[in-house]
Amino acid sequence: MSQEILDGLAVIVNEVAGVPVADIQPDKSFIDDLDIDSLSMVEVVMAAEDKWGVKIPDSEVKNLRTVGDAVAYIEKSTA
Amino acid sequence: MTARIRPHSGAPYARIMSVGSYRPERVVTNAEVCERIDSTDEWIRERSGIVERRYAAPDETVVDLSVAAAEKALAGAGITADQVGFVLVATVTHPYQTPSAASEVAYRLGAVNAAATDISSACAGFCYGLAMAQDLVRGGSADYVIVVGVEKLTDWIDLDDRATAFIFADGAGAVVVGPSDEPAIGPVVWGSDGSQHDAICMTQSLIDYRDNGGPRFPTLSMQGQQVFRWAVSNGSLTAQQALDRAGVTADDLDAFIPHQANMRITDAMIRALKLPEHVPVARDIETTGNTSAASIPIAMDRMLSTGEVPHGGTALLIGFGAGLAYAAQVVTLP
Repeated sequence: MSQEILDGLAVIVNEVAGVPVADIQPDKSFIDDLDIDSLSMVEVVMAAEDKWGVKIPDSEVKNLRTVGDAVAYIEKSTA
Repeated sequence: MTARIRPHSGAPYARIMSVGSYRPERVVTNAEVCERIDSTDEWIRERSGIVERRYAAPDETVVDLSVAAAEKALAGAGITADQVGFVLVATVTHPYQTPSAASEVAYRLGAVNAAATDISSACAGFCYGLAMAQDLVRGGSADYVIVVGVEKLTDWIDLDDRATAFIFADGAGAVVVGPSDEPAIGPVVWGSDGSQHDAICMTQSLIDYRDNGGPRFPTLSMQGQQVFRWAVSNGSLTAQQALDRAGVTADDLDAFIPHQANMRITDAMIRALKLPEHVPVARDIETTGNTSAASIPIAMDRMLSTGEVPHGGTALLIGFGAGLAYAAQVVTLP
């Protein structure tokens, strides 16, 4: 797993939802562990799209349950 | 032979002369909304910023709401109703196919010399109307134009739908647009994206309801995440273009008055726009709910009457909603 993408995503989640960077680990669920609601999730996705130049359609967003899922999706899309 | 048609032209520029609003009397709390949906006061505040909203009385019509707001705007402009050349009513909740709400509004105001029509651009409707009013005045087709944004959304939402019931409400706002020696309404940046027509739409047409029945009268439905994403990305871009086209920077603004869709959209838009902290932002949704076409003039009236923003100040307006339609412009406040 790309540490660089994880770190970048942690900064985004922190900026959007104020979650401490240290809490943003691959096994954490956005909804259950980090308390990110659906609207904040959209903001995280939009910021990730801007940062890495990827497309994450709405239909895909619901599959990104954990931070690790999102890192893997971005990694795959930028590969 | 082709006869020469005499040229005509209007005022050099147009301005908003006055604003008036009407918020229905009945206050509806989140607790009352939650009697019909599985939700909580806390959840609604967190997701939308709405604490309470206003519902019109059952016998109060879109026309009634419009007249109440427009009478205040007319009084503020210091003109008489017979000087009005056009009445534009932005609404999607007038419950008749024809005639327009605007015709009746004009009649009840005593605007006997006014042409009148409705604008169906949902939450972008007020900004659409303002742009058209400016062109009517500058083009010489009307000296004064009344633009009303009005909705009685409670007639067209499903009060048992937990995705929409807490958001929408009723109200009206109006402005008088008239001639000006100085530019006071900036170039409009607008458009519509019909490929997303089903992001905010009715559950079925009235014809389908008539022919096929079914348990549910048509009501408003919305793809919340899709609309949120579009509103923030397209909205911040459109707002920035409106600033650029007016030759104004965000730092010059005395107010940012976005359509009161959802406090979360407003906050995300502020972040995307990098709006300076000193610019007051309309947050009328907290106590008025989302009143679609009416939300911008209602919020404008409140910011001016509370003294939060100065008369003659510079404001950025942006409306966005079903269509998906959007429009933004920079204006000098009345």
